[in-house]
Amino acid sequence: MTQQSFWQFIMEQHEKLLTQIVQHLGLTFLSLLLAIVIGVPLGIFIARKRKLSTPVLGLAGVLQTIPSIALLGFMIPAFGIGPKPAIIALLIYALLPVIRNTYTGITEVSPAVVEAAKALGMNKRQLLFRVELPLAMPVIIAGIRTAAVINVGVATLASFVAAGGLGEFIFGGISLNNTNMILAGAIPAALLAIVLDQAIAVLQKSGYKLFQKLKYIIPAIVVGVGVVYGLTSVSDEKIKAGFTPEFMGRQDGDLGLRSVYGLHVNPVVVSDAIMYKAAYERELDLISGYSTDGRIKAFNLYVLNDDKKIFPPYYAAPVIKTKTLEKFPELERTLNLLAGKFNDSIMTDLNYQADYLHHTPEKIAKDFLIKNKLYRKPNKGNAGAVRIGSKIFGEQYILAEMYRMLIEGYTQYQVQTKTGLGGTKICFDALMNDAIDFYPEYTGTGLLVLLKPSAEDLRKVTQSSEKTYRFVDSEFQKQYGIQWLKPLGFNNSYALMMRKKQAQELGIKGISDLKKYFDSN
Amino acid sequence: MIKVESVSKSFNGKPAVDSISFQANDREILVLLGTSGCGKTTTLKMINRLVEADSGNILINGENIRNRNVEALRMGIGFVMQHSGLFPHYTVQQNIAIVPELLRWEKKVTKSRTKELLHKLHLSEDVLTRFPGELSGGQQQRVGIARALIANTPVLLMDEPFGALDNITKADIHAEFKSLEELKNKTIILVTHDVQEAFELGHRICLMNKGKIIQTGTPKDMLYHPESQFVSDFFAENRLLLEYKTAALKDVSPFMKAEDRYEGFDFNETTSVWNALQKLSADHEDTTHYENLIRSFNDYRKLQIL
Repeated sequence: MTQQSFWQFIMEQHEKLLTQIVQHLGLTFLSLLLAIVIGVPLGIFIARKRKLSTPVLGLAGVLQTIPSIALLGFMIPAFGIGPKPAIIALLIYALLPVIRNTYTGITEVSPAVVEAAKALGMNKRQLLFRVELPLAMPVIIAGIRTAAVINVGVATLASFVAAGGLGEFIFGGISLNNTNMILAGAIPAALLAIVLDQAIAVLQKSGYKLFQKLKYIIPAIVVGVGVVYGLTSVSDEKIKAGFTPEFMGRQDGDLGLRSVYGLHVNPVVVSDAIMYKAAYERELDLISGYSTDGRIKAFNLYVLNDDKKIFPPYYAAPVIKTKTLEKFPELERTLNLLAGKFNDSIMTDLNYQADYLHHTPEKIAKDFLIKNKLYRKPNKGNAGAVRIGSKIFGEQYILAEMYRMLIEGYTQYQVQTKTGLGGTKICFDALMNDAIDFYPEYTGTGLLVLLKPSAEDLRKVTQSSEKTYRFVDSEFQKQYGIQWLKPLGFNNSYALMMRKKQAQELGIKGISDLKKYFDSN
Repeated sequence: MIKVESVSKSFNGKPAVDSISFQANDREILVLLGTSGCGKTTTLKMINRLVEADSGNILINGENIRNRNVEALRMGIGFVMQHSGLFPHYTVQQNIAIVPELLRWEKKVTKSRTKELLHKLHLSEDVLTRFPGELSGGQQQRVGIARALIANTPVLLMDEPFGALDNITKADIHAEFKSLEELKNKTIILVTHDVQEAFELGHRICLMNKGKIIQTGTPKDMLYHPESQFVSDFFAENRLLLEYKTAALKDVSPFMKAEDRYEGFDFNETTSVWNALQKLSADHEDTTHYENLIRSFNDYRKLQIL
């Protein structure tokens, strides 16, 4: 398969790109508008009551320091998924610069001018609107400018909560190992930040004459973007679908649903970290998940029967460079201790312990190893460090812990874990660049995301899990000098899932039933 | 008429104005004169309630200002500040039109009145569209005066209005100020620390020190009938100049001979001796006139000091 050029990608995806830009701008502007509506009056208020300025600015400062992903996470229980939690999170980030600059702007208006205004007979309202606010405006606008740039950046994370925006391309590209897709999201996001920054800078420098017109211009822009955004994001689907960015771009994912089942569910893009919970909380009805995920059991979800077999099962196995195996001669034997020790239900149960019972991956791993008589006390050796990577979901954390305990117990090597890497591309690039030594990968991901074979090869090798495994192992050795160690024993595949209750009510058992349901509505 | 009755004001327990009383009559320029921190500006600001008095009463045309709506009171009082206090974000035109706008005048009326004032204050109409930052100090001060005059209020308060100007500009504006018809029927209270300005512009002077009024009187009273050593010491440095300035030609005319009536010059009987001497000293041919005038002034002076 030839590499697609960046421009080809843009041309092909320009409609999607445009939607994402509008969504991105919409999120930025709406949150900015709210930040202005709340922040400016608050700034004025604390400029009047100076004693309150320290606590208010302090609180806004603390909110500012909450990591953005964490903040989005906090928002979901309260506001669900979609634009609402994203806008509120963005609003919180935009608040501090707006409040602080309003406060500073107003307190720094020359006392002589304020006195003149009073002496001429202006009341408090007139003083505020005709003198203090216009004179503070350059400073306030500087605050809005800071907030706007922050928000364009943070809005890329909105795709985690299905709010759209350019994050869909960025994180989709990271998951799918597609550089063009990353750039198609990242470049417009950077350009938006620069353009917005410069546009506001022009406003800031354009002198007082323009400020008098500004009270008409700014609301016009904001309302305009808000309306366009509102129009593009209206969705009245009966069944709300939310897929991960990776699922969106895979043949054994949304592409397969469209081509094989003819199912067009018009999904929102959402991070797998919150997807299951969103389904449980009825924010979403149909999600893409992993067949072994513990949350299926935890949230009482129903896996739809894949009657046309677009989600072939894949093995999970550690991937490691041959070079590394030579460097750590005992490693292969140690890692293979886990081979064949799992089956689907064991893995699902382990995931359930993490996702529902909230046991730590460490405890789960130790319990499992003890049960299988594999556990040994750490040797506290010092014969060089092995670095284990993992992707950012429960199963991978648990496997990484098991490998750590095994290496520490059976060899003299030291272990460093680098868990929570944000996607296939990041993990694989880390492996290629020797930032990590191995991580657990799935043959399907290796095949579809990393190797990207031709359609014919694909058809040939996906006939059975065994064939796929052999193909990726030999291709990886050839292309990257990377080996797939022995499979762990469980099969993981993508799956479509719904709440059990809803599936029963609608009489949906398989994906074809879902297709019928969509066609009839 | 403005009547101030035993008014006091303290800041953080320190008295700034200590039970002072005075009265400014109609068509009078009353100058509050004193060094920095003597309480003159505080006194002025209590009249339009920028500062609220702790005790005592201030009456404008018999009405206690406490009983009036503060914005309405201020709109009825013109106010000129040291650094013009113009709004930097308003054009000159908008600055001048602030009070008319608050009073909801018709635009046409405001416009014609603005033009009239510009003309009287020797400002060209080009300045209307400019911002205060683009004007010279003298122009800014003139605009500040125009803004205070536009609503034609009967009372005008001026806080060091010419304090930030250089001497030449100041002299020009003083001259214009004195000849301005607009001011003739107003009650004006002017605060200054500049002794010459006080003598040049004031009909009467209140000399203040440490929050109290030391003496109130005409410029001549201040020079020739000081009530205390403080007063004569205060003017000692400029005394001779002030004497020449306060004496008008009509004051010295009883001591002049008939042939010394200077018909050929542009003098009238209110011209100060100082100004007349300035003109006469410029030309050698007028030396005799000059000496005669000095002689008659000296005779006049002897009589005053007695």
